Amino acid sequence: MTITEPTTEGTKTEGPLELESGREALAERPLGVLTRPQGGRGWRDWLSTVDHKKIGIMYGVSAMVFFVVGGIEALLIRLQLAVPNGGVLSADVYNQVFTMHGVTMVFLFIMPLAAAFANYLIPLQIGARDVAFPRLNALSYWIWLSGAIFLNSSWIVGGGGADCGWFCYSPNSGVTFSPSHGVDFYAIGLLIAGIASLVSAINLIVTCLNMRAPGMDLFRMPVMTWMLLITQFLLLFALPVITVALFLLMFDRLFDASFFNPDMGADPLLWQHLFWIFGHPEVYIIILPAFGVVSEVIPTFSRKPIFGYTFMVFSGIAIGFMGWGVWAHHMFVSGIGPISVAAFSLSTMFIAVPTGVKVLNWLATMWGGQIRFTTAMLFAVGTVAMFTIGGLSGVTHALAPADTQQTDTYYIVAHFHYVIFGGGVLGLMGGLYYWWPKIFGYMLNERRGKVNFWLMLIGFNLTFGPMHILGLQGMSRRIDTYSSGFGFEFWNMVATIGSFIIAVSVLVLFHNIWKSKREAADLPPPGPDPWDARSLEWMIPSPVPEHNFDEVPTVDGLDEWWHRKYSFDDNGKVVQIATAEEAAQDGSAKGVHLPAPSFWPLVLAVGLPLIGYGLIFNLWLCVPGGLLVGMGIFAWALEPVDDPDATHDHHHDDDDDDHDDDGPDDAELATAAAAPGDSNAPGDQQGGE
Amino acid sequence: MTTETSAPATSDTDTPDAAPATPAAAAPATPGDSTAPATPGDSNAPGEDTAAAPATPGDSNAPGDSNHGPSTGISNTKLAMWLFLGSECLLFGGLISTYLLYKTRRGPDNLAIPTDVFDIPFTSISSFVLLMSSLTMVLALAAITRGDNHGARVWLLATSMLGGVFIGGQVYEFTSFLREGVGFTNNPASSAFYALTGFHGVHVSLGIVMLMSLFVASWQGKLRQEHSETVEVVGLYWHFVDVVWIFIFTVIYLVPA
Repeated sequence: MTITEPTTEGTKTEGPLELESGREALAERPLGVLTRPQGGRGWRDWLSTVDHKKIGIMYGVSAMVFFVVGGIEALLIRLQLAVPNGGVLSADVYNQVFTMHGVTMVFLFIMPLAAAFANYLIPLQIGARDVAFPRLNALSYWIWLSGAIFLNSSWIVGGGGADCGWFCYSPNSGVTFSPSHGVDFYAIGLLIAGIASLVSAINLIVTCLNMRAPGMDLFRMPVMTWMLLITQFLLLFALPVITVALFLLMFDRLFDASFFNPDMGADPLLWQHLFWIFGHPEVYIIILPAFGVVSEVIPTFSRKPIFGYTFMVFSGIAIGFMGWGVWAHHMFVSGIGPISVAAFSLSTMFIAVPTGVKVLNWLATMWGGQIRFTTAMLFAVGTVAMFTIGGLSGVTHALAPADTQQTDTYYIVAHFHYVIFGGGVLGLMGGLYYWWPKIFGYMLNERRGKVNFWLMLIGFNLTFGPMHILGLQGMSRRIDTYSSGFGFEFWNMVATIGSFIIAVSVLVLFHNIWKSKREAADLPPPGPDPWDARSLEWMIPSPVPEHNFDEVPTVDGLDEWWHRKYSFDDNGKVVQIATAEEAAQDGSAKGVHLPAPSFWPLVLAVGLPLIGYGLIFNLWLCVPGGLLVGMGIFAWALEPVDDPDATHDHHHDDDDDDHDDDGPDDAELATAAAAPGDSNAPGDQQGGE
Repeated sequence: MTTETSAPATSDTDTPDAAPATPAAAAPATPGDSTAPATPGDSNAPGEDTAAAPATPGDSNAPGDSNHGPSTGISNTKLAMWLFLGSECLLFGGLISTYLLYKTRRGPDNLAIPTDVFDIPFTSISSFVLLMSSLTMVLALAAITRGDNHGARVWLLATSMLGGVFIGGQVYEFTSFLREGVGFTNNPASSAFYALTGFHGVHVSLGIVMLMSLFVASWQGKLRQEHSETVEVVGLYWHFVDVVWIFIFTVIYLVPA
């Protein structure tokens, strides 16, 4: 890829170069309402971007905001429980706080943080320029955000948060026992967020399957991409089930249907089944991205390829399949009958096998490697250790008799925090440290990073370790307080102290981000490949240029990037054949045509919460909401995918000069108007759901 | 679509069409525009346009040419629709399960349930109408594939009208149920009935909106032979909705309580 002289930049504002007259009108004002965004700088750029990297960053930032929100809720819980007869929160508010803590952490923190990695990394790891449907990608983010804000707005306009626990069992979720609007916000907010996840899942699966660079066979994809792909499949099939459940709950509460009300002869177990058919795959939706991060970090810092790549992939697939057959282990005490209990008990024990395969493969990857304990590596190893503890306590739940004792005690709380926090959160934190230089172009300070890690690890174990003991002592979850004399005092105090240590560690993370950014001015830039890593995203500059790859690489095998830097000599020794700087692309390509930004995903997303408020408060509000959604869809459809004016200077590579002049425009048009059509298809029906 | 092969085909025609369309945006032109050009190319939105010829990942629809096509050989759009339909299976699976669980539950007041009042011959006829719409959908696709735009319009219109007849039948059925005392809030059985058939009705209605968009696009001359994949993708959705109805009809009307 030779680059001709990089002279005129910013031609996009200078007029319609090779465009025929009349063409800009097309790009400028698709509906005469909002000017076609030109993808400049500043906030408008972020509102209208369809760049998968920017969308990934927005997912990440929003997720961290909700991490703080959910974290504050967690601290309130721990303050309330620090001493017997705590008076920080009333029983009612306590119910709302623990419910919203769970909902926020699961749906508004971990899932979007995983989505941030998925958005940012999947196209880079498979050698693509963007996802398959860039505007749908923006739509996913904005819909998710509108759902998240809608859900939390119930604190202000809904008379408090949902108070039925994150799995919201009926009849607690009914109007009788939860008369405020909190549960309505829960149902509709999660429906909206679910639309976002479904659109995103379809988009990312198509990206993984269809957009791979030449030579990037499925079994050459990095494990991270594989785990994210499996996650998207789980989302694809799990979300419709919770969608049904939430719709029925909404019908029950807002339109007096009788799906879950036992007084009307309905069966409350229906909710439990629907919820957990979604809810158990959800557990893997949370943990698999973290497994992916660990599978990237450990090989890099052990300087070895991942041990048993095929096994890693297939064990992930096995987890994905078996995750569908274990949901009723959440319901052992609900009276589902001995045969069901036995079957689900067995399947639950079996699902530990592929997880064990993964743990052993990570250990085998480290075995004999040249291990560097960077912060990312510490987080990855911490993930493996903590998740293993959580996995082992999970096996104890698989034994139905033991589970009968443990159900609804703090032992369960301890278990799922070990897998979700110890597995999911620690893993994704490692991912932050690992990919930070790639995403933002500067390194996070390692010393502060290690302080962050150790504080988080210690605080985490102090918080949730004692909960095993509390649970076995009989302390039930979700009680707003306890009397002295049961022996709960000491360990509760320890847990509360631990939770504040976690809070400090998160502050250290934020401090590290801020301080490292300031220090970065005096440090050399990290270069394309600061960790001597293995996958394709490290062969392009940091931060990643807007067009990702100057030239889409041709892939010859697993760990393609590593093999571009290293080879074997005659004795089988690894020898360096190129430095990262030599082998990397320099990001200087010009004239790479990218999908143009659009405001319509945002407009469409704003309509959905309006419909939600309308359903709860006044059906007339649904009208403007519906109009916004409809307008968004139609305007979207009208708007060409590609703005002929944008980023379209004339420095193409030699090889595509021939159709440079007429090709792009026509192609743009064709593809442009096209995308809307199909994209509606999925979008439409979700609107309808 | 960046390639030479496809460019000449679409470019000449597209340009004049599309440019005028925009000012008219707010007007009726909209639906048509949206779906019309939704050709094979659409899916590739991101990729194709990247001018970098050698290995644009996105260039899905151009399998044969220098750019490598979608890795699976199925265009992005069609693949996305298949995935979406897979997801829909679980949506209807959940609703059908709910109905099966509740179909005889009359609630504490022992109110009427849908199976007390339904009219099997009537619904059989409207089901037949819906199934016939799959045939006309196939004929529409066949017509546009061979370049018969007039035929495509006829069959698209026929399909959406058959769908409209089905929806009309459902509206009639719902109102007659209501008159006979089977309300949504009666008991679990009636709630489940209305939820299941209602969700299906909404799906059919959205399908009609898509078909009519295609019809308008074709009317305006924007839906041509090279866009046949758009019709195919909408057709996939339409056939799915029909197939789901076979299950729903069987479960509600044919399987004895």
